[in-house]
Amino acid sequence: MSRDVSAFEEPIIQLKATIEGLKAQPPNAKTSREISKHEQRLLKLQKEIYSNLTDWQRCIVARHPNRPYTRDYLENLFTDFEELHGDRRFADDPAIMAGFGQFQGRTVCFVGHQKGRDMKAKLHRNFGMPRPEGYRKALRIMQLAEKFGRPIICMIDTPGAYPGIDAEERGQAEAIAYNLKVMAMLKVPIIVYVIGEGGSGGALAIGVGDHVCMLQNAIYSVISPEGCASILWKDAGQMEQAAEALHLTSDKLLKLGLIDSVCEEPPGGAHSDPAGMFERFRDHLSNWLQSQGTVVPQNHLTSRYQKFRNMGIFSEEG
Amino acid sequence: MTWFIKNSTPLKTSDSVTVRVPEGMWEKCPSCKEIIYRQELQRNENVCPKCDYHFRITPEARFQALFDEGKYNLLYQSVISTDPLAFKGLKKYRDQLKNLAKNNMQQDSVWVGRGKLEGIETVICVMDFQFLGGSMGSAVGEKITRAIECGTEERLPVIIFSCSGGARMMEGALSLMQMAKISAALAVLDQARVPFISVLTDPTTGGVTASFAMLGDINIAEPKALIGFAGPRVIQQTIRQELPEGFQSSEFLLQHGMLDAVVPRREMKQKLARYLTYFLNPDLFEAEPGA
Repeated sequence: MSRDVSAFEEPIIQLKATIEGLKAQPPNAKTSREISKHEQRLLKLQKEIYSNLTDWQRCIVARHPNRPYTRDYLENLFTDFEELHGDRRFADDPAIMAGFGQFQGRTVCFVGHQKGRDMKAKLHRNFGMPRPEGYRKALRIMQLAEKFGRPIICMIDTPGAYPGIDAEERGQAEAIAYNLKVMAMLKVPIIVYVIGEGGSGGALAIGVGDHVCMLQNAIYSVISPEGCASILWKDAGQMEQAAEALHLTSDKLLKLGLIDSVCEEPPGGAHSDPAGMFERFRDHLSNWLQSQGTVVPQNHLTSRYQKFRNMGIFSEEG
Repeated sequence: MTWFIKNSTPLKTSDSVTVRVPEGMWEKCPSCKEIIYRQELQRNENVCPKCDYHFRITPEARFQALFDEGKYNLLYQSVISTDPLAFKGLKKYRDQLKNLAKNNMQQDSVWVGRGKLEGIETVICVMDFQFLGGSMGSAVGEKITRAIECGTEERLPVIIFSCSGGARMMEGALSLMQMAKISAALAVLDQARVPFISVLTDPTTGGVTASFAMLGDINIAEPKALIGFAGPRVIQQTIRQELPEGFQSSEFLLQHGMLDAVVPRREMKQKLARYLTYFLNPDLFEAEPGA
């Protein structure tokens, strides 16, 4: 098994190139027949490859450089959205985007990690690794949503909270902890999507909600497979084994009762067909929002509390 | 070929001779390297008399020092870890748990005790670093959550002594979610206006710091403890430069506004009791309904 990012996608990429080549030729009956034949093969191939991914390959897909990020969902599914900035304490953290917008005619609040597409953007967004001010901004905007009764949509996509001197000095741990406590009690509906990488506490800090959904190929873990491997096997190269052991895929986490639903991705993963992904995301979100009335039900907080209260597997003797 | 075979015992020069001391009589201070007579160390609450280093102590020793006359009841002893993911690293998690149970470590990495502290009925959780680095899995999350719920229901103040490397990797995301679970329980305790004091001891890092350990009405720490979110090694690997002297120590956190005080072990009980009196039986200044 190769560790190359695109190795398992090689046949798909080749077939896509063939189709592109055919499309570039002057159209006639023969080539169009060829194209549709190849396109059918492509769909079959994508389904085959993507239904047999190892857990480590799913990690690669979750981190794929062309995978839609928070901003892509905002631009394609929300109208009139405005990003709001700053934690009013220290700074604005570009690793987290937060603000308000319209989704299908309803005003909603959004909060999400943003990784950045090209190198300049990645550096600006700190690769989606927030500092304390990012979490504090997220909470400030979510409390605004609570004040004005708007549902909150969180999008998780981070390798983790930033491990740096400045982040520690300003209380990275406190910022995360405080979000966990306050989110548990926010009096508006919260839906959480893990759209790519769910990296430990840095992900969970915007991940306490009434409904937690993972995109099919997203991952959510207590530690990265590389980190786990370097601790357990003293060799970061054992990440394939670590990825299996950690149970970080959507299907496994659903079985463990740690998430509420899985949103299916297009046959070749979200990155191969972003438009198809947005459609599926829109349907999922739309369904959920419709199930939430304008009034927060009385038992709303207790059900969110109970959901997290019941997480964990242990035994009790005697 | 015989050149390389050692066939004589090496010379013994006097300074290479190690002094054989009876096992368990002496303890070496990891901080100042002083050899300390164990009884003297114990008399000093396991604090180095020379450099004031606070040795890690067992939950039992902690309870003995805190509860009046050393009397307390252990709670939730029956909650134990299982191996829900059938996790296998170099060792099987299941075997690690079995070995710990065999070595008389049946309490997992947190002990919950209930008793009187200077006459105040209190629930105290103490984490045990000897049990898988004090890591937090489902059982730990459950025990701490129950302790907090007990505090809410019976209006008993809660004190948690943290000592942990963070979430337990061997239970994957189950461990991660304990952070949310405990924090939610603390939110309910908040609403009930029952005090929670967090005491951070050496070391407290990762998911434990990033959840309950930082959520006390009062956060205090023992001197010179390592406290942080990311471990120093991870930070060093990320930024590739030397970390400043004293970085992530209790004193550093106090200076940066993350702690209310650094409290030496010998003053711990008295300080805790004093803090609790500030918050017990809160006066309610809001108008009574209908008043």
